Amino acid sequence: MTGIAELRLDGNAIGGVMLELFGIELTAAPCSCAGCGAREEMARLDVYIGAGIVVRCRHCEAVMIRIVEAGERIWLDLSGTISLELTRP
Amino acid sequence: MIVSRGFSGKRREAPADRVPPGQYVTDDFPVLSAGPTPHTPLEEWTFEIRGGAEPVSWTWDELRALPSETITTDIHCVTRWSKLDTAWEGVAVDTLLEAVDHDAGYALAFCDGGYTTNLPLEDLVDGKAWVAYRYGGEELDPEHGGPARLLVPHLYFWKSAKWVRGLELRDEDEPGFWESNGYHLRGDPWLEQRYWGD
Repeated sequence: MTGIAELRLDGNAIGGVMLELFGIELTAAPCSCAGCGAREEMARLDVYIGAGIVVRCRHCEAVMIRIVEAGERIWLDLSGTISLELTRP
Repeated sequence: MIVSRGFSGKRREAPADRVPPGQYVTDDFPVLSAGPTPHTPLEEWTFEIRGGAEPVSWTWDELRALPSETITTDIHCVTRWSKLDTAWEGVAVDTLLEAVDHDAGYALAFCDGGYTTNLPLEDLVDGKAWVAYRYGGEELDPEHGGPARLLVPHLYFWKSAKWVRGLELRDEDEPGFWESNGYHLRGDPWLEQRYWGD
C-alpha cells in the first residue's frame, strides 16, 4: 500500500486551468456552495484528483466544481457552485 | 495537466496482449479519489441492492459469510496506468443478484461519499464483477476503497467504485459521477472508451 492518507489539495491547484478557461486569475474569486451556501475564495476550496478534478466545499464537502480534461476538450461542471464572482482585469 | 496526480509511475515492459492501447504498466498502486476517504464503522455498513421486487441488503458479517472468490486480474485506469496480476478476494455480484428478483438492464453503483458509476448489468454478471474486500492477502485499505469496493476489471477502473454500498437496478442507463461530465458511459479499455464520443 502507498501509505498516502489523503489526497486533498487546495484551490490553488486549479488556478492554471481556470486561468486557461476564463482568461482571468480566479484563485481569489469568491464562490458560493450550492449545498450549504458557504462563500469562500476559490483558493480555499478542497481539491481532489481522481479520474478528473473534483473541487469540494471546505465546510460541507459538497462537490462544487468538476473538471475533466481530454486533450483539447475540457468538461466543466459548475452545478454545485451557485455563484462565482468575477472581477474584470 | 495542471495538477500532479501525486505519484510517480515505474514503467516496465509487459506483454502487449495484456496492456490496452494507450496504457503503461506500473508496479505502484496509485491512489485516485474524488473526495475524502470515508470511515464507516463496519457495524453500520450494509450492502444493498435496490430496484428489484424488494430491496435486499447484507450486513458486513452477512456479506463476509457469503461464498467468496479469489481473483487475480489486470486493472486499467483511465489515467493510463495498468497494473498486472492484482490479487483480490470478494463476493461475485452473481452471488448477490441470486437473492434479487428483477429484470433490470442497468445498474448504478452507489458509495459512501456520494460517488456513483453506471454499468450495464451484462458487465456485472457471469463472473465479471465482484464486491471485493481483500487485496494482496490483506483487508482492503480505506484509501483503495475499503472496507469494500466494486471490482469490474474488464472496464476502466473508475467503474470499480471505491467504498461501494450498493447497486440500484434500473431499466435505463443513467450516467454516474464521471459519466455525466465527459467520461464514457461504458469504459472498455481495449476500445479506448475514455470520453464521450470515443
